[in-house]
Amino acid sequence: MSADAILSERDIAFVLHELLDAEGLTRYARFAEHGRETFDGALATAQRIATEQFAPHNRKADLNEPRLVDGRVEIIPEVKPALESFAEAGFFAAHADFERGGMQLPWTVAQACYAWFQAANIGTFAYGFLTVAASNLLNAFATETQKARYMQPMLEGRFFGTMALSEPQAGSSLGDIRTVAEPDGEGGYRLKGGKMWISGGDHPLSENIVHLMLARLRDAPPGVKGLSLFIVPKYRLDAAGGPGPENGVALAGLNHKMGYRGTTNTVLDIGGDGPCHGELLGEPGQGLAYMFHMMNEARTIVGMSSAMLAYAGYRHALGYARERRQGRPVGAKDPAAPPARLIEHADVRRMLLMQKAIAEGGLALSLYAARLVDVKDADPDAEARREAHLVLEILTPIVKAYLSDRALEANDAAIQCLGGYGYTRDFPVEQYWRDNRLNPIHEGTNGIQAIDLAGRKVAMEEGGALHALAARIDATARAASAWESLAPWGRALGDALARLEGTAARLVEIGRGEGAPVQLANANAFMEMAGHLTLAWMHLKAALVAADALKVGAEGAEADFYRGKLHACRYVFTVDLPKTERLAALCESADRTALDMAEDWF
Amino acid sequence: MKVLVPVKRVVDYNVKIRVKADGSGVETANVKMSMNPFDEIAVEQAVRLKEAGAAEEVVAVSIGPQQAQETIRTALAMGADRGIHIKHDGEVEPLAVAKLLKAVVEKEGPELVLTGKQAIDDDCNQTGQMLAALLGWAQGTFASKLEIADGGAKVTREVDGGLETIQLKLPAIVSVDLRLNEPRYASLPNIMKAKKKPIDAHEPADFGVDPTPRLKTVKVSEPPPRQGGIKVESVDELVEKLKTEAKVI
Ligand SMILES: Cc1cc2nc3c(=O)[nH]c(=O)nc-3n(C[C@H](O)[C@H](O)[C@H](O)COP(=O)(O)OP(=O)(O)OC[C@H]3O[C@@H](n4cnc5c(N)ncnc54)[C@H](O)[C@@H]3O)c2cc1C
Repeated sequence: MSADAILSERDIAFVLHELLDAEGLTRYARFAEHGRETFDGALATAQRIATEQFAPHNRKADLNEPRLVDGRVEIIPEVKPALESFAEAGFFAAHADFERGGMQLPWTVAQACYAWFQAANIGTFAYGFLTVAASNLLNAFATETQKARYMQPMLEGRFFGTMALSEPQAGSSLGDIRTVAEPDGEGGYRLKGGKMWISGGDHPLSENIVHLMLARLRDAPPGVKGLSLFIVPKYRLDAAGGPGPENGVALAGLNHKMGYRGTTNTVLDIGGDGPCHGELLGEPGQGLAYMFHMMNEARTIVGMSSAMLAYAGYRHALGYARERRQGRPVGAKDPAAPPARLIEHADVRRMLLMQKAIAEGGLALSLYAARLVDVKDADPDAEARREAHLVLEILTPIVKAYLSDRALEANDAAIQCLGGYGYTRDFPVEQYWRDNRLNPIHEGTNGIQAIDLAGRKVAMEEGGALHALAARIDATARAASAWESLAPWGRALGDALARLEGTAARLVEIGRGEGAPVQLANANAFMEMAGHLTLAWMHLKAALVAADALKVGAEGAEADFYRGKLHACRYVFTVDLPKTERLAALCESADRTALDMAEDWF
Repeated sequence: MKVLVPVKRVVDYNVKIRVKADGSGVETANVKMSMNPFDEIAVEQAVRLKEAGAAEEVVAVSIGPQQAQETIRTALAMGADRGIHIKHDGEVEPLAVAKLLKAVVEKEGPELVLTGKQAIDDDCNQTGQMLAALLGWAQGTFASKLEIADGGAKVTREVDGGLETIQLKLPAIVSVDLRLNEPRYASLPNIMKAKKKPIDAHEPADFGVDPTPRLKTVKVSEPPPRQGGIKVESVDELVEKLKTEAKVI
């Protein structure tokens, strides 16, 4: 399969190098060994493994979801070798330390590598993503012994990881978790309870599965403060660190999902079948805090996955619209003339342009967030680290929720571009939509993200996070004013920014006056508004680069590439950004429409 | 034993080739380039020989523009030990490459040169054979199996009628075919290691070779577009068409 069918190598290079100066990260001691050459090498390997080993079984894995046979999970045979290639190439440890066998790649570049796998086959990649996320968490909080026993095999791709938080009665509200842990008298803990929705919770793909599990110590206070995090392997480790006997994590069932069907999703019975031993990670009562430490990374990856599914759908729809002939151009008189290609119809171009704006803007925004992670972790200057951390804090819910909502819109348009064919399983776009439908739900629903943004993030550090973001957006608006062609967009961005800041202040006021329920009843509108602004900002940043490249004489296909960037920017400023006016008015009116709807009136 | 592997930078096999508007060649500006796939197989084989203890050193050599160093880096990331780059912009013909390789062989003294059987850009399938002739070495072309033992190389060749096995005395040239092995991916740790491996830079003049093309390209054009197929009603009709229309029997 041609890589261009799912993603654009040119666009990844544009975002990394022209927009985000990824090479600038090599100034940091941690990345000093790197350069364009190593970044390109890693990306080339990612692209190849993704297109040669992941993409080919994307549909097969969708049509043949994992099955329970005699209590064991059966998965199509293509998944294991694909993940073995992923492991052998070192992608489980892409950003890990050299001493641990990693490549010490900036998070930004690691994410750009992962983009290929997400676009190629999100269901198989999920095992990789979950393991990387779990090993990051161990890296931050585990003891050296725990790292050697659990994290090192994960970096090598021998053990896979999970995030075992949710329970049937505790999804959005993790404070209601009931799984309990008691000292087992051997220095560890014995766990008992049940987990729901655990992705990758069981499978035959790795030697062992390491669950990072939230549970409550017997005497812990109720609510989130009583939660601790435990390392719970599927098989207890033997003396040599290899998988030993079963550890009482029983597979109670598989969930049957609409998408992401290549990834097992499990109901787990903890300690019902036999004793289940766990090791405490860090301090008791800190479980959720530790999880939140990883949340920014995990949630921005969800935004990235969404954007990559949008990208794959866009590329497919684009290829299709260039070939399929149907209808005549408006005003064509001769019914015997050959039909036009779909792409010649303005309405199809509208849908393609919308997808392009979301997919390319989404890629840029997700990698922008990833770069903040690198700055926050590796910059020697404390103030730079603090600033990056603040911007990341406020961008994270936007990247997660806004992109996952918009990416679904993009996949919807991809289906529409193909007409009836898009509705069949003979074409990949319907699967992209179904796979993508998870993204607004997991890692905190988009409803929860909106509450996080409007209720917490805009007010955090006395508005410090919002100010930090605003300063960055303002700098782009100002830069645009130097260009005659871009100045109107610069002004529009500046106006929208002022509007957002005004609305944010008003929401805080509403929270104090009308009360938090009214404030949060407007959270979704505020999220949408912040999202449109952020997307427009990314596109204007790209337009500045494009205008510059055209000015210095880009030609041919390169010139077309940059003109495409300018036009995607125009789309967002024409169609999306103006929506912020209506949304601001709605929020500022302290809208109560939903609140005032009494339950009995339904 | 030292193994020399020539690697060529070519238009990536996934790229849809476009002919330049003026018919002077194919479009390579802003086109993705990568290592000739047959050369990847040659590198893989050389690295396997080293891993098996049959070779001590693997040297990758490329003749081409500055960016050919990226192709050498790929070979280094797959496991080659060091690289030699002979910088030349513009087209190079098999004979010039063979002459340059001969000079490199004389300097380096490898016992085995592993080449791809052909490069996918010009499909010449000549360089290995020419090099063997210039050096007066044994050659085994289109290898689908290679064993090194007792100072010789046993090469299984893909020939029209099936497989042919020959025994070569070393030093020798072996050109590799598709089925010899499946090349590994350049792993991330090896990409980091490759960065530290040396690449010697040279010019053709250093070896006293003038790489100016000896052939003149008159015109490059696209093959005629494929016509849609038809269904024939019977075998007789098929034979008839093969005779009269396709004129192949
Ligand atoms: C395919 C899949 C994979 C998953 N993988 C994992 C995993 O690996 N590990 C893991 O631990 N979990 C996983 N989950 C669980 C996932 O995180 C939860 O489904 C999610 O957090 C929502 O919880 P819930 O399903 O109980 O829905 P609920 O919490 O019941 O939410 C239902 C609706 O009510 C809204 N809502 C809930 N509370 C509030 C509130 N306070 N204010 C406003 N609105 C609210 C939500 O936004 C949502 O729209 C997965 C889920 C799925 C579907």
